[in-house]
Amino acid sequence: MSFLELRNLSVRLKGSGVPLLRGVSLSVEAGQAHGLVGESGAGKSMIGKAVLGILPRAVEVTGGEILLDGTDLLTLPPAERRRRIGATAALIPQDPLTALNPSRRVGPQITDRLVDILGWTRAAAQARARDLLAEVQISEPDRVMRAYPHELSGGMRQRVLIASAFAAEPKLIVADEPTTALDVTVQKQILRLIAQMQARHGTALLFVTHDLGVVSKVCTSLSVLFAGKVVEETPVGDFFAGPRHPYSAALLAATPRHTAPERALIPVPEAVLAAVRAEVEGSRG
Amino acid sequence: MAEPLFEVTDLHLSLPDLNAKPLFGPAPRIEILRGISLAIARGEVLGIVGGSGSGKSTLGRAMLRLLEPTAGRIRFEGADITHLPEAALRPLRARMQLIFQDPMSSLNPRRRVAGLIGGPLRLQGFDRVEDRVARALDHVGLPRAFAARYPHELSGGQRQRIGIARAIALEPDFILADEIVSGLDVSSQAQVLNLLAGLVRDLGLTLAFISHDLAVIRRLCARVIVLQAGRIVEEAPTDRLFAAPQAAYTRELLDAIPLPDPDQPWG
Amino acid sequence: MADARLARRDVGLRLRLAGGWLAVLAAVALLAPWIAPHDPLAQDLMLGRLPPFWLDGAEPGYWLGTDSLGRDVLSRMIWGARIALFVALVAGVLTCVIGATLGLVAGYFRGWPDMIVSRLVDIWMAFPPVLFSILLVAVIGPGLLAIILAIVVIDWTRFARVIRAEAMTQGAMDYVASARVAGRGRASTLWAEILPNVLPTIVVLLTLEMGIAVIVEAILSFVNLSISTDDPTWGGMIAEGRTSIHQAWWVLVFPLTALFLTVLAFSQLGEGLKDRFDPVLR
Repeated sequence: MSFLELRNLSVRLKGSGVPLLRGVSLSVEAGQAHGLVGESGAGKSMIGKAVLGILPRAVEVTGGEILLDGTDLLTLPPAERRRRIGATAALIPQDPLTALNPSRRVGPQITDRLVDILGWTRAAAQARARDLLAEVQISEPDRVMRAYPHELSGGMRQRVLIASAFAAEPKLIVADEPTTALDVTVQKQILRLIAQMQARHGTALLFVTHDLGVVSKVCTSLSVLFAGKVVEETPVGDFFAGPRHPYSAALLAATPRHTAPERALIPVPEAVLAAVRAEVEGSRG
Repeated sequence: MAEPLFEVTDLHLSLPDLNAKPLFGPAPRIEILRGISLAIARGEVLGIVGGSGSGKSTLGRAMLRLLEPTAGRIRFEGADITHLPEAALRPLRARMQLIFQDPMSSLNPRRRVAGLIGGPLRLQGFDRVEDRVARALDHVGLPRAFAARYPHELSGGQRQRIGIARAIALEPDFILADEIVSGLDVSSQAQVLNLLAGLVRDLGLTLAFISHDLAVIRRLCARVIVLQAGRIVEEAPTDRLFAAPQAAYTRELLDAIPLPDPDQPWG
Repeated sequence: MADARLARRDVGLRLRLAGGWLAVLAAVALLAPWIAPHDPLAQDLMLGRLPPFWLDGAEPGYWLGTDSLGRDVLSRMIWGARIALFVALVAGVLTCVIGATLGLVAGYFRGWPDMIVSRLVDIWMAFPPVLFSILLVAVIGPGLLAIILAIVVIDWTRFARVIRAEAMTQGAMDYVASARVAGRGRASTLWAEILPNVLPTIVVLLTLEMGIAVIVEAILSFVNLSISTDDPTWGGMIAEGRTSIHQAWWVLVFPLTALFLTVLAFSQLGEGLKDRFDPVLR
């Protein structure tokens, strides 16, 4: 059975009732990396937030199940849900600049979780943080632990956040566009690092991105989202060999490749958009 | 080769580093451009590529005299405009246009599309402004009725097309496009790129296209300049740059691009 | 979206309530000579400390009772509204024009204009404002002019600081660069591109300032530095009512309520107008 399974998850804006997720179903196997792709507004970040229980206030879950290791999170009382998520899952956020508190040193920001939630001793937590920073290829872990976030480069900060996400040995990590703010050369290092860490620690990964190229490097399976609905869930190899859904195929055709300049760049055709919109809105959420 | 439209010689630009300013005395300066020389011929599409901090956007803004260079020379049609005062620059402004990265911040939220495109036309004394606005909207494939809309009523791709319409409405000799597709979804990105390629072909635009994305550069540009830390590390025709990159940095950039293809050797 | 509509309806209600109260107040202030039932200065010791109409011992015609000198509370409040609104309007607008202009110039042009304005603001803010205004009134002599001057002289820094920061933010936006690319001059850019985007902030500050002006006028009246003690001001009435709070609470409570509602109305008006000015929310 899958480590994380969403069944028919529906989320909408409170008050207006505008649907944001319309019956999303997908599964992530233990230790595997699953990509969530789609254009802005498709709801891919919303899924990550729902899994981690950090949906914005203005949003409510209206139905479905989030099975984490066999337990439906939505049926648990809030305190128990938070405890369970805290012990099993972690987040690698998009913006390394705002994800770290600018007025605190880096070290405590990694160890806090271990000490406060898991009850480690401060010394043990610090030793662990140092090991992790070394593992994410930071050459002077002690210096970085004493540094303030603004003293680190964007790539360094993202490494710190990766170390912090793996600190409590979570079984699931949600990565929300973790390299969008980075240069392409740094992106490559960070993606490789995430893939290595994920494989070494046997962590399941839910990887949110708009970049099909990135998915093909990190994930083993993926879901394509459109307007809050999964239109295709498939292994990565099958997807890039030939997507089944016309919208997925159109997305792939609209992605420029520097290796194939002669290939025409085809924007997603209106007809395909209209068809997928009708399909998504017509189905019951 | 005929006289280039734009010519930049040994351009330097440094800004005071206010974070490192001592309590008394001037702040130390950060070198952003360290001696850039380039020429753009009329009708040419030049790509300028580099990572963050390479100085590519600064270079563009210095060429359009939005930032003051500390040394070097900028010539437009052979005339030195490096230190031309703002008033003398004004008649030239309409002839060199800029399309911005962030269409939300570059379109005044309190103006309708008609004013956004028509304002600069009126300012530069063009006649039949409404006609020209309508034609500019035609060119970028937006309905003329959009003239009555505010920027927030448009999608990201539509806003960027308004940015393009505003620039081409002035019938400029030169357009600088600064990361204009980096904030867009792939489908709108493909639309904007195809649109720009079509305009280059139909209107014979002279274009400098700044981007961090080599895949995008390859679609549009005939020649590419690679910037790193304020210096040009490679300059080559696009085909040659991709086939046989000379500089180590160019190779590193090319190798780092994740292709949508799980079989690409990338590790 | 229904959510946004709901929020907007609340804003509309707030705007209407605040605007309604201020409109009534303005009408009352303008028509004071005709609608005030009594002469606000007329004393009648025989009619001292009459309670409002619903209590025992009330005298017909004195709806909100009288003070210890037998002056009609309602009439004094009506004439007091005149002074309060006059001060709010004149002091508010003057403060706004001076402060916002300096702030816009400093924030947009930067360089030496900014240096001068910012230093001036720093120095200005180092003076304790209450002492400063008392000093000012002492020098010019009590009166409306002194109050208005005191408010303008002290509070222009509030506008200058906020508007300077806002103009800086807007000045860094690409649409300002794009106006320059289009060949617009600096002054014209400030007027046509930046000012409209700073206007909502200016409006909010202006209405807040009007509320503040009402309070300052009341405070200065309270400490007897406003116009002569006989003249009907809300602050003066509150000061007077304080001394006889146990015998005649109404002398204190009615003007205090009017003051509270007016200041609240000004701030709510500002919030409501801000949303109206915003094309994104409109």
